Parts: sequence; structure tokens; C-alpha cells
Amino acid sequence: MITPLVALVRRDLRLFFSDQRSVLMSFLAPIVIASFFGYVFGGSGGKTETSKIPVLIVDQDGSDISRQIASGLTADKNLEVKVVSSESAKELVRKGKATVAILLPKEFGANAAKALFTSDGKPEIDFFYDPSHRMEMGMAQGILTGQVMQTVSKEMFGGATGQKMASDALARVEQSQGLDKASKSTISDLLRSVEKFNNENAKAKVDGKPVSSGGFTTPYQVREEAVTSGTSVEYNGYAHSFGGMGIQFILFMGIDVGIGVLLQRQRGLWKRLRAAPISKTLLLSARVISAAIIALVILTVIFTFARIVFGVRIEGSMLGFVGICLAFSLMTATFGLLIAALGKTPEAARGLSVFVTLLLVMLGGAWVPAFIFPQWLQTVTKFVPTRWAMDGLDAMTWRGLGVDAALGPIAVLLGFALLFGAVAVHQFRWEAEG
Amino acid sequence: MLQVNSLKKNYGALQAVDGVTFCASDGETIGLLGPNGAGKTTTVSIIAGLLSPTSGEVLINGRPLSGDTDPVKRKIGLVPQDLALYDEMSALDNLSFFGALYDLSGAPLTRAIAEALDLVGLADRAKDKVGTFSGGMKRRLNLAAALLHDPQILLLDEPTVGVDPQSRNAIFDNLEVLKSRGKTLIYTTHYMEEAERLCDRLVIIDHGKVIADDTLPNLYQLLPVTNVLAIELADPPDAPLLLGLKALPQVEAAESQGRVLKIGIRHLSEDTPAILQWLVMEGHPYTHLANERASLETVFLNLTGRSLRDS
Repeated sequence: MITPLVALVRRDLRLFFSDQRSVLMSFLAPIVIASFFGYVFGGSGGKTETSKIPVLIVDQDGSDISRQIASGLTADKNLEVKVVSSESAKELVRKGKATVAILLPKEFGANAAKALFTSDGKPEIDFFYDPSHRMEMGMAQGILTGQVMQTVSKEMFGGATGQKMASDALARVEQSQGLDKASKSTISDLLRSVEKFNNENAKAKVDGKPVSSGGFTTPYQVREEAVTSGTSVEYNGYAHSFGGMGIQFILFMGIDVGIGVLLQRQRGLWKRLRAAPISKTLLLSARVISAAIIALVILTVIFTFARIVFGVRIEGSMLGFVGICLAFSLMTATFGLLIAALGKTPEAARGLSVFVTLLLVMLGGAWVPAFIFPQWLQTVTKFVPTRWAMDGLDAMTWRGLGVDAALGPIAVLLGFALLFGAVAVHQFRWEAEG
Repeated sequence: MLQVNSLKKNYGALQAVDGVTFCASDGETIGLLGPNGAGKTTTVSIIAGLLSPTSGEVLINGRPLSGDTDPVKRKIGLVPQDLALYDEMSALDNLSFFGALYDLSGAPLTRAIAEALDLVGLADRAKDKVGTFSGGMKRRLNLAAALLHDPQILLLDEPTVGVDPQSRNAIFDNLEVLKSRGKTLIYTTHYMEEAERLCDRLVIIDHGKVIADDTLPNLYQLLPVTNVLAIELADPPDAPLLLGLKALPQVEAAESQGRVLKIGIRHLSEDTPAILQWLVMEGHPYTHLANERASLETVFLNLTGRSLRDS
């Protein structure tokens, strides 16, 4: 039985590699797309420059405070700030030239300082944003809040207009109807202290003595460290993208395996195969073996490319990596058989199986990481085999985990392979149509 | 020896094969004749082990097929109606693959391929991709692929569909060679002339049932006439002439079509001289004479009341 088995496997490999379209789709396409995604999502060692959020500022106030706010936002590495007129701001957002336009109204600086201690008379900042960039709008709003708090409080504590701001705020607190007597007294004491602090600073300045700096600042500093396989190992975005695209295009190859069986039926070849004295098990096993070999070759080629060109390394267990690749290849092969078993005609089967494959790929996190999914969807993806393959490949590549982290994904992928295989065998139409 | 006993195959309410029975001895060529959808391909598929019958059995040398890997399958070679070949591979690679399915390898496989290609006249195209072959060449390679394991019984399911007359003749020549080697051929077709040329015996199937199973001469005997003489006279025949003709013992039937007399007879060489002599003696000299032989088409028409090609 070895001769027929070898012949069947060789035939599949020969047909696959002689089909330029298949080869192009299975090798070149994942490499090109993974290179693109890898570059966009961080590149190698986080060296890829991320795009900045385009922000417009309309400064109708023209005060020291508003100018300082604009300059603070401009200095932020996440923003690309332009100061524009109020007439053009909205239009530029509408045209998609900017994500957000921030309008600082007249008297913003003075009113913001006065409103620092009471809720009365808060100035309004108009925030025009592109609704297709809601996440970026939130980020810009956060940066603006920090900048305004820092600038206004700094001006209050020792700025050029700080004494006047403190006096105005004190007067407003004493006239405020919204504060009770005890609160008024406490806040007034605080503001008198600020007045005293500002007076002492002014005197020190005149005497040529050191001046204390004031204002609120962010009460912490961030020390960033990407947690990868080791302290000296930088994150390589290509590792994830090559894993993801490998999975996607291997599944496409799996579709071709199933369609191939259906085409054999259509072309009468199935009759010839079934007329030969070979078992059903041998016929299906040969398909599984050849598909698994092709899948392994695809993974090997694209990860070799990623290693040579983008420096993607198997930072974790090589054994675990090979195990996951093998298990995923087997799962793909049985997925192909499932298509062959459930498909009626090649044409009908292709459309549906491409749709299912794209769903599997999407839910598996091969396009975008699964963590951005809603929580319920993340739970659902635990039942999707591609999620396990993706997590497993990430674990063995850039996360640098040991073989124990590969055991779960391998077990789940083999489980799916068994399930798909069992359903395929059960549903397979063995009889050649008369 | 192949025995097909009371085969039945149902697809739901549809009875594709309904009690088909026939047998084929070694070296015999059996034609399974019938219109499209008569059940010929289903019968062949059951014999090849591709389909399980609803009831009935197929015996090869007295043994039924038992399972996919039964060595008895090696006695059967199937030539499917479709061109069951890989266009992307060369003729040689195709045959290597199909031979390996029967566990052939090494020198025996090489020899079998060479012999098969030689028989079908494609030895010089062995290394060419099948996709570059003409329809007729593909048909011949389709036949060669079934010969590699040297089967005793060849199941040929409409092996000349869609080929030009030249390729059809080439295939007939190949089959005649195989017949001379003592192979049993089961040949399905709805072409009467093919069946007439090749087959020793004909099994006529209609609506899944065998309606006749006999040699060609015996099937012709089922007809009221075996030949129709078309005799063109100098003048149109009149009623007394037709009556006189019908009274002759050699004449089974007679009618006139313009100046042409159509006369049905059973024995061409014995009956014709007497009829021609009678016409001359009665003063009706003939200007042209032709004979239309009864065909299998006529047999099918006679058996079913329908034309084979219209079925």
C-alpha cells in the first residue's frame, strides 16, 4: 500500500507546485501582505514611525495661557498641531485633513483660572472631530486636559498674571452662591495662601533671589519597557503579521484541497481512484499528508523570509513552534476534507468556504490583535482554532515562551483536526455518481 | 467470466437500474446499448465497485467484490466516460500515477506504460502535457490508463464520445486488438454503428431494464423484415401491381412512394432475384435498385416503439 500512498501524495504535490497561481497565492501573497501589516503595526524593534494625530487649534483668546497651551500641544509627540482660523477649522475636519479642531474662546485663560476653584462660569472649548476617528479624538481630549490643567495652574502659581488671577478667583469664591460657608472659608484661605506665595515670589524676583516654580504637574513619570522574550530583545511586529498571514493563506490552500477533491469528482477522476484496489482511509490519508506537507512548506518559506529580511526569530521553543506548525497543518488538511465532504459542487463550495475562512482568520486575530475585540467576542474566539494557532505562534516567536506554552494550542489544534476529520469521513460521499 | 445478476439501484423513488442480468465470457465483447439515462453507466459503475447495488450481485469468476481493496478489482479496468486525466501532467506521469494505484512500480510499471502507449499510438507524445492533446488523443490515453494492470475485463463507458471519425477508428482498432488478446469488453454506447461493428452480443437497456440480450443476427430476426428493397420504376406503380407483389411468397410488405417501390424481405440474396424477375415479366422494368439494411436502430424502434436517438 506504500506505492499508491506515495503516488497519491506525489501527485498532489506535483499538481500544487505546477500551478503558478497556487504558488503565487500561497507564498508571495502572504509575504507581501505580512510585510505591509508588519510595517504598519510596529515594524522591527518598534522603529517604524507611528503617524501623528492631525490637530487644529483656533486661538481666539490670544492670551499667554492659550499660547502656552498651543505650544504644549505642539510639543506632544503624538500630535501634529496647526493653528488656523475659526472659519477654516470645521471645513478642514469635514474634508478629513484633520482629526480634531480645538477652539479656545476669547477670555479662555482668565475664565479658566477663575473656574479652577468654583464650578461657576466655566469657559467652553469647542471640539470638532471626525466621527470616523473617535478613538483619536479621545486621545487628543486627554492630552488637552493635561495641558490645560498644567498651564492654568502654573500661571496661577507664579505666572505673570497669577496675582490678578488669584485675587479674581478669591472675589468669585466669596460671591459664589453655590458654595457653603465652610467651603468658602477653606477655599478663601487657600487662595490667600496663593496670593501670599505669589507676593513672596514677586519680592524675591525684585531682590534677585531664587523664585519657586509653581503649578500642577503630572504627579508621576512613565518608564516604558516592551515586555518581550528578553530584556535586550525588542518587539518585532513582523512576527505576528507573518504568523497571521501564514495562517490565512494556508487556510486558503486548505480550501483548494477540498475543491480539488470536488473537481476530481466532476472530472471523473474520482471514479478511476475508487475503481483501484485502495482503501478509503488511504485515499483520505494521502490528501491529509500532502496538504500538511504543503502547509509546512508554506510556513517554512514565509518564516525563513521573515527571518532573513525582517529578523523575525523563534525566541521561544523551536520544538513548540514546529509542533504548532504541524498541528495547524493537520488541522488545515482536515478542514480541506471537510469542505470536500460538505460541498456539492466546486463553485458552490468555494464561495462559502472562502467566507468561513475569512471569518476564522478575522476572529483568530490574524488581521488585528484579538484584544481589541469586545470581551464577549474574545471569549467566543477561544472556540476558534485560528486564535489558538495565532496565540501559539506569537508565544513561540516574539513572546519567547517555552514549549509548555505550546502544549495548549497544539492540543486544541489537534482536537479540531480530529473533529473536522471525523465529520468529513462521516459525511463524505464515497459513491461515484453513476 | 463476468456475471451480473438481477442488479437494482434506486435513488429515492427513481429506479435507475431495474433487475439487469447478463453475463460475459472471456474474450467476449458485450455492447450495453440504450439511450441516455437508460442505466448503462450506473450498471458499469456497480460492476466497477463504484456504486453499491440496492440489490443483486456482480460475480467475477464466480466471486463477488468484497470491499475496496479486494484483489478481484485488479481484474477490472475502467475507462470512464469523462476524460479522467490530469491535464497538468504529462501522459507518462499520468500513466505512472494510475499504474501506481494498482501497486505497480519499477520495471513492471515502465513496461506496462510502454505497452499501453504503444497500443494507443501515443508513445511519441509520452512526455507532453495532456493539456496539449487533442480530444481524440485524450480518449486514447483514457483507454491506455485502464490497461496498465492488464485487466481481464475492460469496462468502456462511451469511450468515443466527442471524438472525430479518425480517432474513433483508431480507438476501434485498439479495441479489436484487445479483443484478439482475449480480453472481455463491456462497451456502453448509444451509437448503433459502434455496437454493430464491435460487439458479439448486445444487451439493450431501456428505463433500467434489459429488453433484449442476444447476438446481432438473432436480434435482426426479431424484426418483421431484415432488408428493404427500394426499386425505382419507369412509371409509377398502380394498385394491381402492389397487390400482385404482396401476393408473392418472398414479399413481407410493399408500398409505393412515387415511382419507388419499397419492398420488405427477410433473405436478401434468395428473395431479390425472384421479385425482380416478376416485375420484368409483369411489364414494369426498373431503372434503379437499392437495398436498405435493417439496423439496430430499427431493432430498438421495434422493441420499444421509440427511436433510440429521440429517447
